[in-house]
Amino acid sequence: MQYAPSRLGRGNALPGTPQQKSIEPHLSLSAFLVQLLNGLASASSLFLVAAGLSIIFGVTRIVNFAHGSLYMLGTYIAYSLVKVFGGGMLGFWGGVLCAGIAVGLFGALVERLLLRRLYHAPELLQLLATFALVLIIRDFALWTWGAEDLLGPRAPGLGGAIDIAGRQFPEYDLLLIALGPLVLGLLWLLLTRTRWGTLVRAATEDREMAGALGVNQAWLFTSVFALGSFLAGLGGAIQIPREPAVLTMDLTILSDVFVVVVVGGMGSIPGAFLAAVIIGVLKAMCIGIGIGNVSALGIDFSFSKLTLVVEFIVMAVVLVIRPWGLLGRQQSIPRGAASVEPPLYLPPPALLKGLAAALLMLALLPLFSDRYTLVLLTDILVFALFAVSLHFIMGPAGMHSFGHAAYFGLGAYAAALLFKHAVPMEAALLLAPLVGGLGALVFGWFCVRLSGVYLAMLTLAFAQIAWSVVYQWDAFTGGSNGLVGIWPANWLASKTAFYYLALALCAGGVILLWRIVFSPFGYALRAGRDSPLRADAIGIDVRRQQWLGFALAGVLAGLAGAVHAFSKGSISPDTLSIPRSVDGLVMVLMGGIQTLTGAVAGAALFTWLQDSIARQTEFWRALLGGIILFLVLAFPQGIAGFIRERWDARKDAE
Amino acid sequence: MESVSHGKSRSESNEDDVNLREKHMIARRAFLLGTVTLAMAAIFSDPAAAQGTIKIGEMNSYKVFPAFLEPYKKGWELALDEINAAGGVLGRKLEVVSRDDGGNPGEAVRVAEELLSRENVAFLVGTFPSHVGLAVADFAKQKKVLFIAAEPLTDKIVWQNGNKYTFRLRPSTYMQTAMLIPEAVKLKKKRWAIVYPNYEYGQSATAAFKELLKKAQPDVEFVAEQAPALGKIEAGAVAQALADAKPDAIFSSLFGADLTKFVREGQTRGLFKDRVVFNLLAGEPEYLDPLKEDTPAGWYVTGYPWQSINTPEHKKFLAAYQKKYKDYPRLGSIVGYATLKTAAEAIRKATSLDQEKLVAAMKGLQVDTPIGRITFRALDHQATMGAYVGRLGVKDGKGVMSSFSFADGAKFLPADDAVRKMRPAE
Amino acid sequence: MTETIVLRVSNLSKSYGGVQAVNAVSFSLASGELLALIGPNGAGKTTCFNLLNGQIAADSGSTEFEGRSLIGLKPRQIWRLGVGRTFQITATFASMTVRENVQTALLNFHGRLNSLVSLAERLYVDEAIELLARVGIAEQAARPCAVLAYGDLKRVELAIALANRPRLLLMDEPTAGMAPRERAALMRLTAELARASAIAVLFTEHDMDVVFAHADRVIVLNRGCIIAEGKPAEVRANREVQQVYLGSGSLFGAEHA
Repeated sequence: MQYAPSRLGRGNALPGTPQQKSIEPHLSLSAFLVQLLNGLASASSLFLVAAGLSIIFGVTRIVNFAHGSLYMLGTYIAYSLVKVFGGGMLGFWGGVLCAGIAVGLFGALVERLLLRRLYHAPELLQLLATFALVLIIRDFALWTWGAEDLLGPRAPGLGGAIDIAGRQFPEYDLLLIALGPLVLGLLWLLLTRTRWGTLVRAATEDREMAGALGVNQAWLFTSVFALGSFLAGLGGAIQIPREPAVLTMDLTILSDVFVVVVVGGMGSIPGAFLAAVIIGVLKAMCIGIGIGNVSALGIDFSFSKLTLVVEFIVMAVVLVIRPWGLLGRQQSIPRGAASVEPPLYLPPPALLKGLAAALLMLALLPLFSDRYTLVLLTDILVFALFAVSLHFIMGPAGMHSFGHAAYFGLGAYAAALLFKHAVPMEAALLLAPLVGGLGALVFGWFCVRLSGVYLAMLTLAFAQIAWSVVYQWDAFTGGSNGLVGIWPANWLASKTAFYYLALALCAGGVILLWRIVFSPFGYALRAGRDSPLRADAIGIDVRRQQWLGFALAGVLAGLAGAVHAFSKGSISPDTLSIPRSVDGLVMVLMGGIQTLTGAVAGAALFTWLQDSIARQTEFWRALLGGIILFLVLAFPQGIAGFIRERWDARKDAE
Repeated sequence: MESVSHGKSRSESNEDDVNLREKHMIARRAFLLGTVTLAMAAIFSDPAAAQGTIKIGEMNSYKVFPAFLEPYKKGWELALDEINAAGGVLGRKLEVVSRDDGGNPGEAVRVAEELLSRENVAFLVGTFPSHVGLAVADFAKQKKVLFIAAEPLTDKIVWQNGNKYTFRLRPSTYMQTAMLIPEAVKLKKKRWAIVYPNYEYGQSATAAFKELLKKAQPDVEFVAEQAPALGKIEAGAVAQALADAKPDAIFSSLFGADLTKFVREGQTRGLFKDRVVFNLLAGEPEYLDPLKEDTPAGWYVTGYPWQSINTPEHKKFLAAYQKKYKDYPRLGSIVGYATLKTAAEAIRKATSLDQEKLVAAMKGLQVDTPIGRITFRALDHQATMGAYVGRLGVKDGKGVMSSFSFADGAKFLPADDAVRKMRPAE
Repeated sequence: MTETIVLRVSNLSKSYGGVQAVNAVSFSLASGELLALIGPNGAGKTTCFNLLNGQIAADSGSTEFEGRSLIGLKPRQIWRLGVGRTFQITATFASMTVRENVQTALLNFHGRLNSLVSLAERLYVDEAIELLARVGIAEQAARPCAVLAYGDLKRVELAIALANRPRLLLMDEPTAGMAPRERAALMRLTAELARASAIAVLFTEHDMDVVFAHADRVIVLNRGCIIAEGKPAEVRANREVQQVYLGSGSLFGAEHA
């Protein structure tokens, strides 16, 4: 039997554009109603997890990356407990509840043993610690429960479905729909009717004031972390009848939960509920509509594809209109009072000599190193520029970005697409950064209107929107497969030649950015960060400076992306995905956000660790997490920050 | 470098703050130190060159897809044992240098470079996700090094993006979809609904299915199409949307957690009642086993019914595998096993590690695998490995493929002319 | 010293939800003159101040600086016209040295803020040191602002505010949070600077010692309205003012002391 794939010959036809006329885009009222219920059922679990994250953030200001991991642990533990207890009424619900409690206790432990040591560290360092936990918990789950997906039993007595509007609707989903408002109500009672709740609210609104009220802060933080973790664990546990425990569910839920918390307004529990419902229902509606005809474009479009990105579109829209989320309040002090930035001095001659010597060594390295060293160093150079460009906006400009990979990826794709459309490699390399900069100019215009975590989440939203476009636009970007065959021109084909190119461009870019930090423009950025009020009063248009700084960082990130594309010969949507953005954050924080050289040190260390550890052990992820934890605890000021401190101490002793 | 001279003149010019400056002098030597450490580590790490063995570079996304790749690793380890127990190839033992590529094309290309330049491997095998496979394939083409892609299903790796140095073992998305078509045509169902994970594999499977079914059965209608994001299916909503379209039959290319969720929701909501369902890959133990008693009986699937394959070569493999690992094989085990067997056969046939000779040997190479002899077609470098097509059933609370037949991959490929048109000239 | 009018405020009004925070306030300020804006808490001083410097928009009325309307301008635009400001709680750039703080203001004043290539630290060094010398903290130029004593920070602010060679200084509670001796010194310095450079100074103040010792003229606000205006001695003698301040004691403390 032979089939001639006429359409396959032209690449993959877009499955969303079938010729059939029989597709029914209309959503009948009854279908709409049931999809509404579907959305509400999904929203409940999302709300539980999001409420936990929101409470934790509200009180401790920790951006808890490990929250998804706690959710995952909840699912796995519940699966195991229900298996041990048996699937009876008591066994099932006992197992679910115990799983939540176990995760709550684990969260309390994490807070006491780890995070407590980091409250006085530079801001966002807790984020790095929780990122390390993600790595460790993932490998712990793999080690404990194995790689196979684990589907739990149906809930006893609720395994069936009832008839709603002529459709079979799962009984368990009805329970979930009720659970969301129930938990919301209980939390409301807890927060408004108990002394503990009053303290939590006080701390959420004004951390310093709560301290002044004589609140036992240590105990409050631990209990808040325990409650938040319990909610995450419970949110995971109640999923066992609906979905299997899988090792990727930690990150899958994490981005959704962050979106819910931010859309609702960080620290606002009713806001989280509202946002969870909006997003849950919107997703169900996209699916319910199925294929619709977008008459403006004259094409059929499968709305179900929108589920890839719809929550991020919602977040972007909400943040642009309401910069503190739907029910959030303006953060009283966007930057923690504890985080006064240290002064930044021009590098002393000794350091400049050191940097020059390092550059010279890098330039001479090809004479006596093997080819792979050059390949690894090329990667390190690329990521160093990427990390320094991120540090430029996070450090001196004081804008946290969780979506910096967008500009890296835009640069990479621009380089690749220009090259594919017959632009010479050299020209593509030079034009691509401008595309990164243009992207940053557009996204940045909205981002600089926000501050703090909201700004960071808006950068994330834009990055995800850019990612989903690249991921979906098969005809232009190669879709999920990406683009291949992006190799450098002949004169740069050798690893040595390309290494020199990367060295020239990346080191050049890094030096340029460092230099700009000490230029009047850099001073204006720091002025806007240190005191927007004063900056405004001396005539500085803070937003405009931040905007331009954002765009400038985008240009340099784009340059890094373009060099990256040609060094690999291929690119895929991974180049602008969340993990790439997180890598950048980790590099900056590992090196030390308060030192200029920190980003370079962090990029070098992180890339080198990833490369070397992955070879050493099967559980390299946990090992990497362990190393990061060690670094966080030993050097909260970062590697470069630590070296600087030691240097200062020696100088003082002399 | 401009700032070097500035830095010097500055400390000379401003005497007023020199003292303070010294006190607060910040030496950010981290960059230098970091670079030195790095360079040292890079330079002095030993190449671990074991003399006399032939090294094969294997890379895969072990940590990203452990459910498939742990059995895969066991598979090639078993093959390695057997090959070396039988004296290796060309009188030398085989050695596999295995690396995790992180499921990321950029990292994969770096790992490939490391395997080639530092480990001096003879050639490359492995990879799982399509985008990683395509990136490494293009890298192989650039480096003129043989690459045997083990897992990636994308049609492009041998067709649109095919190249001289890349060969692919597993039956592709197109082939496996085509294997389901005869059964689908036989049922003469008119209204079809489709659900697929929203990325290249699902898109290709859907396109191929619609194309092939329409050709064989022109009156077919596709009444609904759902494309949930990979790993993030809202199963309840999707199941209901499909049911609302009132299809006679459903074609799905979901797998993994998406499939598990879809099955449970669909069953609770009665979506599969009186409807036939075709699901690519769902008979593979990696995706079937988690379903246990939820396994939807009667579904048409491609897969690997390891319990019931009674060919001598499979029995031998099964016994050896169970003896070594006290565990049963998954499809990944077969793929891993066959990949390394292929590597050994290629070297044996080429009698050399020269890339051109290896590539020549790969063309038309025949390899015996636990599921039959396969041939790497000279035409498009695709192996003719087949798959089992059958229907799901539940036995002792576990999912099995109850009635199945073997579909030979060679029979489910497009006509040679069509293939030639798709493949770029070498 | 000339008697040119620098700032002219007429009928300035602002209400919040029906409460008239500032009600038809009119006054003018001549160059070199120190005008104090006083009144009990909630009298509308701060609102009035923020209306002038562009932080909030007025409901009606006009403010003119050297004949140009300030209505609708943003703080940074008002700065560009030649208006300097200090804040009740000092706002300086903590990550910079004292000198760099002043340099940053100078950079913007000289239109060099968008330069990417020059080293900011090298620019306008002498001018910055000179400004710091004028406020008496040149010896602290190289210290980071974060480690400065509060009184010194106030002086840094003053130096920053002088960077754009202002003809008008708006000082919100310039001596708040300072020790009494420091207060006198700072206001003496301010008065000297104002007279030497013909700068008009408008300041709000709680400390009546400071007001009566240094202000050329005083305006008293109560419930958004000006209830008295004149020389310190006249204002002190005003019965209505005395009534407003009755019980607080602070107004007459100086007199009886």
